[in-house]
Amino acid sequence: MYESVLVASRGEIASRIIHTVRALGLKAIAVYSEADADLPFVAEADEAILLGPAEPALSYLDVPRILEAARRTNARAIHPGCGSLAGNAAFARRVEDAGLGWVGPPPLAIARMSDRINARNLMKEAGVPVAPGVWEPVPDPGTAVQEAERIGYPVMVKAAAGAGGAMAAARDEAALRKAFETVRAAAGRSPSGGSGGGPDILLERFVERARHVGVQILGLADGTVLALGERDRSMRHGHRTMAEETPSPGVTPALRERMAAAAVRAGEAVGHRGAGTVECLVDPAAQDFFVLGMSTRLQAGHPITELVTGIDLVEQQLRIAAGEPPSFTEVAPRGHAVGLRVHAEDPVRFRPAPGEIKVWEEPVGEGIRIDAGYAEGNTVTSHYDPLLAKLCVRGETRDDTLARARAAVGAFRIEGALKTDLPFLAGLLGHPEFAAGTYDTGTVDRMRAPS
Amino acid sequence: MAEVRAEMVANVWQVVVAEGDPVKEGDTLVILESMKMEIPVLAEEPGTVSALAVREGVVVQEGDLIAVVS
Repeated sequence: MYESVLVASRGEIASRIIHTVRALGLKAIAVYSEADADLPFVAEADEAILLGPAEPALSYLDVPRILEAARRTNARAIHPGCGSLAGNAAFARRVEDAGLGWVGPPPLAIARMSDRINARNLMKEAGVPVAPGVWEPVPDPGTAVQEAERIGYPVMVKAAAGAGGAMAAARDEAALRKAFETVRAAAGRSPSGGSGGGPDILLERFVERARHVGVQILGLADGTVLALGERDRSMRHGHRTMAEETPSPGVTPALRERMAAAAVRAGEAVGHRGAGTVECLVDPAAQDFFVLGMSTRLQAGHPITELVTGIDLVEQQLRIAAGEPPSFTEVAPRGHAVGLRVHAEDPVRFRPAPGEIKVWEEPVGEGIRIDAGYAEGNTVTSHYDPLLAKLCVRGETRDDTLARARAAVGAFRIEGALKTDLPFLAGLLGHPEFAAGTYDTGTVDRMRAPS
Repeated sequence: MAEVRAEMVANVWQVVVAEGDPVKEGDTLVILESMKMEIPVLAEEPGTVSALAVREGVVVQEGDLIAVVS
């Protein structure tokens, strides 16, 4: 095992990784920006190196500075957290070229999955069900209209490079022409959008009232790929997950088995190692699914999988990267778990609302796990994403879990100059579609629509 | 005449309109960025952009003037 691990991330995920690194008896090294000097993860590490100013490009995303911090602290490996560095094949190669352990999939596996066209073709060859659509770049709105008539409306317009905000659904020709331009513009603004002549646009069939379900996989050091159950992330606003749960109330045991088998085949097809999530779009009415792609990294939603399986995913990532077998012998999920994302946002308008935290009181009780990035007295700045903490709750049944989650949300006090979406999360837990487990990817938008 | 002001501290990511442009209600004037979110600032009434008080890359505080539509 590596004696020391540099965690190239910040906030709650850095705290969470440092916790496991130290629990394994290894030295944890944090890197931080000037804006984050007072955050818990900096103090929790055995050693912390200041990277630079608040701007991500001059600190957390500055690869030479991160590699220099690793050299100065004699780090043996780098864990990239779950942000953009984790999905950056070039960064993974730089880490390996510097003679350091890379706690993530091989750079080739990352590169294979980061392009939607390439990923889709690889998975199709491996017998994985993929979305019906056009998987050649669509050059112009006119061609898109012709293709959409062949696929049938509604269609989803996506950027090939998988930029976060770059997708939109269209129900008719006029909407498709508009969506085409919107997605192309959004992808063009993103650093990962498009290559050469501009962002490539794809079309796929849009599923009504779909659920978004990710299957957690682990690619072991010996090449075996295991499926560790799913996380339903359909409760989302735009591209941000508000809540997730496992097992998914929209997936039957038979469908779960098929999805797990497909996820394993997808992982094997790309030569995946370490933690990854195979993203599926589920049609609950038809009890069918197709695979959208794979996140070749630890995902923010991982704690609920850990709660029901009892498996520490970061520990397995470190073991796999070091060429060791996993620490568990069987995958036997038990009970139910829900994860709620607490953001520094206005709970009505979902607008960023950073500021100083005057009071931070976490709920306590059986089955509650809080992965927090902040504490009382910290200031949340506008430089980074608004995630403050993940409130995760486990119970024996779904009903037990939701009751515990409602009590925990009510007991979580975060006060000060900032605002949080805790009131929204309380409303989400009480929403009839969530309570009944019949929600889909449109539920949060319907909750927010003016009545 | 309508003054459009910032609702929060944010970076000006993109200025979409120019002075003199006609705008409809709901048109995007500028796009702000804070906490990795893009926040479009919209025209609340139709008119002409008579003044633009920001440029790309600057930081606005809550209440700062962004544009005037008249």
